[in-house]
Amino acid sequence: MTNNKRIGILLYALFVLLPIYWLVNMSFKSNEEILGTFSLWPQHFTLANYQVIFTDPSWYNGYFNSIYYVVLNSIITLAVALPAAYAFSRYKFIGDKHLFFWLLTNRMAPPAVFLLPFFQLYSSVGLFDTHIAVALAHCLFSVPLAVWILEGFMSAVPREIDETAYIDGYSFGRFFVRIFLPLISSGIGVTIFFSFMFSWVELLLARTLTSVNAKPIAAIMTRTIGASGVDWGVLAAAGVLTIIPGILVIYFVRNHVAKGFALGRV
Amino acid sequence: MNKVQNNKAWFLVLPVFLLVAFSAIVPLMTVVNYSIQDIFDQNNAYYVGAEWYKEVLSDPRLQDSLARQFLFSGTVLMIEVPLGIAVALMMPTKGWTASLSLIVLALPLLIPWNVVGTIWQIFARGDIGLLGYAINGLGFDYNYTSNPIDAWATVLLMDVWHWTSLVALLCYSGLRAIPDAYYQAARIDRASSWSIFRFIQLPKLKGVLIIGILLRFMDSFMIYTEPFVLTGGGPGNSTTFLSQTLTKMAIGQFDIGPAAAFSIIYFLIVLLVSWLFFTTITHMDKDKVKEQSYD
Repeated sequence: MTNNKRIGILLYALFVLLPIYWLVNMSFKSNEEILGTFSLWPQHFTLANYQVIFTDPSWYNGYFNSIYYVVLNSIITLAVALPAAYAFSRYKFIGDKHLFFWLLTNRMAPPAVFLLPFFQLYSSVGLFDTHIAVALAHCLFSVPLAVWILEGFMSAVPREIDETAYIDGYSFGRFFVRIFLPLISSGIGVTIFFSFMFSWVELLLARTLTSVNAKPIAAIMTRTIGASGVDWGVLAAAGVLTIIPGILVIYFVRNHVAKGFALGRV
Repeated sequence: MNKVQNNKAWFLVLPVFLLVAFSAIVPLMTVVNYSIQDIFDQNNAYYVGAEWYKEVLSDPRLQDSLARQFLFSGTVLMIEVPLGIAVALMMPTKGWTASLSLIVLALPLLIPWNVVGTIWQIFARGDIGLLGYAINGLGFDYNYTSNPIDAWATVLLMDVWHWTSLVALLCYSGLRAIPDAYYQAARIDRASSWSIFRFIQLPKLKGVLIIGILLRFMDSFMIYTEPFVLTGGGPGNSTTFLSQTLTKMAIGQFDIGPAAAFSIIYFLIVLLVSWLFFTTITHMDKDKVKEQSYD
């Protein structure tokens, strides 16, 4: 690797990290310090902003709500996408190409388009303000992508493995769980990464489908903007806390993602 | 791979079909229904045909935000795709630096979109943000809340920061898939690094690049949360994109009929452009199959 490349990637990493550093920096300052003095690091280090969040249930419940529906979304996505991706990768059937494209079109639908009908649909079936409603709504975007990614991984597994397993007397269910799933584990890792990514970061639908009980943290953050101005410190602290789950997820799937992106079609 | 004809495979696809049908077809039909009726209350709805579509298409507010949207998506693609390729080429390939750079690159992708807006709202402010403070310190008059050009630059910079990583990660994985033998052959031929890029790396990146461009087009075309938090669509309407105009119409003013017609048009535009990309991909797959059958 040449030095130019090293400098280039360092500069880009700096560009990525600097705005995040600034948020972390602000989260450890009091509002007087944020507005009063300009400094590159906290002069009077304080945890007061985090204390506000950790001691108020209406704050920290937002994190639990978000994590709850994101996990639900990942489970539902995997449960329905795995068999479907297997069907697409192994069989031809009536309407398969149309179905595949139709699934992808849902990934293309602007969330703003579905705002009003989703609200009415989930209200009419009594799911408004529940975690499952947000999880189901996010499935609209995560399932098509999951089917797409998993199909790529499954197509890379030779058919002969399926056939040998059936000859050896494996039933479809046992073969799928015991032999097939371990073979595509990195594909599953990548799929979880993507469904987490799109569900955790989405706000528009999550905010519209909830009011109190399932309100995501991202929506709660808006209340730091009050009549007396913005509570910058608490806003920054809440923002920093939303970054942490993302870091954990990347850390766990980093090797899968590196390999996985290349193997799958995405 | 040769696939077996088996219509029983539908049973495996059925769960996906039902789930997506529940959350896609029902809402979509509702929108279509609204778009052709004038609704006063639950019992008074009149069929108005294409009336709303005509009204929406001739509305200057929409034409403006549509033009802004195309300008934004085009600019974003032109910056992020070359930059993403460059970053992917610069990324280390082995050891702990490779893992670390993967994590750092993926970071912006996993931050909730409104927090992305918040980060840049703070970062770009002249009084408390590093970027705004630095630019003003250099003697430029920079204020993204009052100057439309500054607002545009800030929204673009935010989007580049947010999404270049996606293109870079896709290209990085595409580059890893190139066998070493190709590079060895290039070394024997004493190929310059430009011709290695042009004749080995770029052709192999075609597949991931199409996916990357497709995803970036769709998502930048639907952008809502980040500019909403950062600029609120202002100053004036200078950074109001399609989704924001639509939600303003549907929720702010309760113009359900025109908003629904607008939704359908919006969806069709995304669909049309994406379909063009999709046919390119399937054609590429066909070519690949042909190549393999010659071997």
